[in-house]
Amino acid sequence: MKKSNLTIAVLSGKGGTGKTLLSVNLAAAAETAVYLDCDVEEPNGHLFFQPEITSEETVSAKIPLIDYNRCNGCRTCVDFCKFNALAFIKNKPVLFKDVCHSCGGCVLLCPQKAISEEEKNVGVIQSGMSGQVRVHTGCLNAGEASGIPIIKELLKKSAAETALPVFIDCPPGSACSVMESVKDADYCVLVAEPTVFGVHNLKMVCDLVEVFHKPHGVVLNKCLEEENPAEEFCKEQHVTILGRIPFDSKLGSISSSAKIAVKENNRYRELFSKLLHTIIEEASRETATHPQR
Amino acid sequence: MKIAIPMNEQSMHTDVCPSFGRAPYFLFYDSVTNEAYYLDNEAVASQGGAGIRAAQVIADRGVKALIAPRCGENAAEVLTKAEVFVYRSIPGTARQNIEAHLNNQLPLLNEFHAGFHGHEKK
Repeated sequence: MKKSNLTIAVLSGKGGTGKTLLSVNLAAAAETAVYLDCDVEEPNGHLFFQPEITSEETVSAKIPLIDYNRCNGCRTCVDFCKFNALAFIKNKPVLFKDVCHSCGGCVLLCPQKAISEEEKNVGVIQSGMSGQVRVHTGCLNAGEASGIPIIKELLKKSAAETALPVFIDCPPGSACSVMESVKDADYCVLVAEPTVFGVHNLKMVCDLVEVFHKPHGVVLNKCLEEENPAEEFCKEQHVTILGRIPFDSKLGSISSSAKIAVKENNRYRELFSKLLHTIIEEASRETATHPQR
Repeated sequence: MKIAIPMNEQSMHTDVCPSFGRAPYFLFYDSVTNEAYYLDNEAVASQGGAGIRAAQVIADRGVKALIAPRCGENAAEVLTKAEVFVYRSIPGTARQNIEAHLNNQLPLLNEFHAGFHGHEKK
């Protein structure tokens, strides 16, 4: 099926810059949209949307199951494991389930074919509607090593969408879970704070989206009437500035009472609608000039 | 008997490292021959499972006693299964700890923490 919709990933180099604020309000401004919460360690978009949950599915990951009758203690699996999930004790491998990243390498390499895989429950995806926004929330079980299996399942929901715009609320930082979250996106929106520390984090995610050749632009959040190091960085590096969100106590109090600014305040409805328009325009232009999929 | 101690520096006259899995070096000391040598802890740079990896090295070297101020649950599981006893270190140098151990003055460490997972205070 041909896709005519856009998938927009919202990310930032650290937590607390405004990924959820932006992605929730963009989805709300779009009115009919899909919102994916890929910040599976601490999903919070649902607090704003308060969707009526209509389905919940468990997500599992594969972990090795060792047949000790076939194992001859060659240690190949233990030496291969880069995550230190296997120890070699009294000539037998011992698995530490919580440390395993489900790479499957030990299964492939075992010369005795003594390792198979079993499923381990790692979390759930809750889905439901909030007005005209379809909300999918990934929740990783506490203590699990990796949220990737849940993010993969969330992205399948995005891939199934052919008409509605999809907004992906990414995990913070620039590690594996962020790479997974942005890999299918048509456009990446980077949220930045107006501090030197903010610039450091912005640079990390800029580098990341460039590695993936993703068209991208920056939203400057928490803007004050003074110098903005993140803005200077964008100008120096020729990174598109998509818009600015002011550092405003009104916006803060709307968010802290778990309300969506677009629905509460005309000024913010205008601001986020304009941002959405700019992002769609930029994304459409980029995907038209650099068709990658 | 082979003894291992996590160390910040390669000297018997320096203090025991407060971390096990992320210690820069391990001191290996043989109480029979009085021989000592140091190894870089290859687990230092691990993203996760550093305690498991470090415990593996200790077990592979045939160590019978580990002297450390504390130790994580996963590392303790490896060490216990490999029959390595963990003794609680006293404030002071590696040399002082070895002497205390040989005089049976160090108690067994019997509380293991759930791991710091990269959030350890230096």
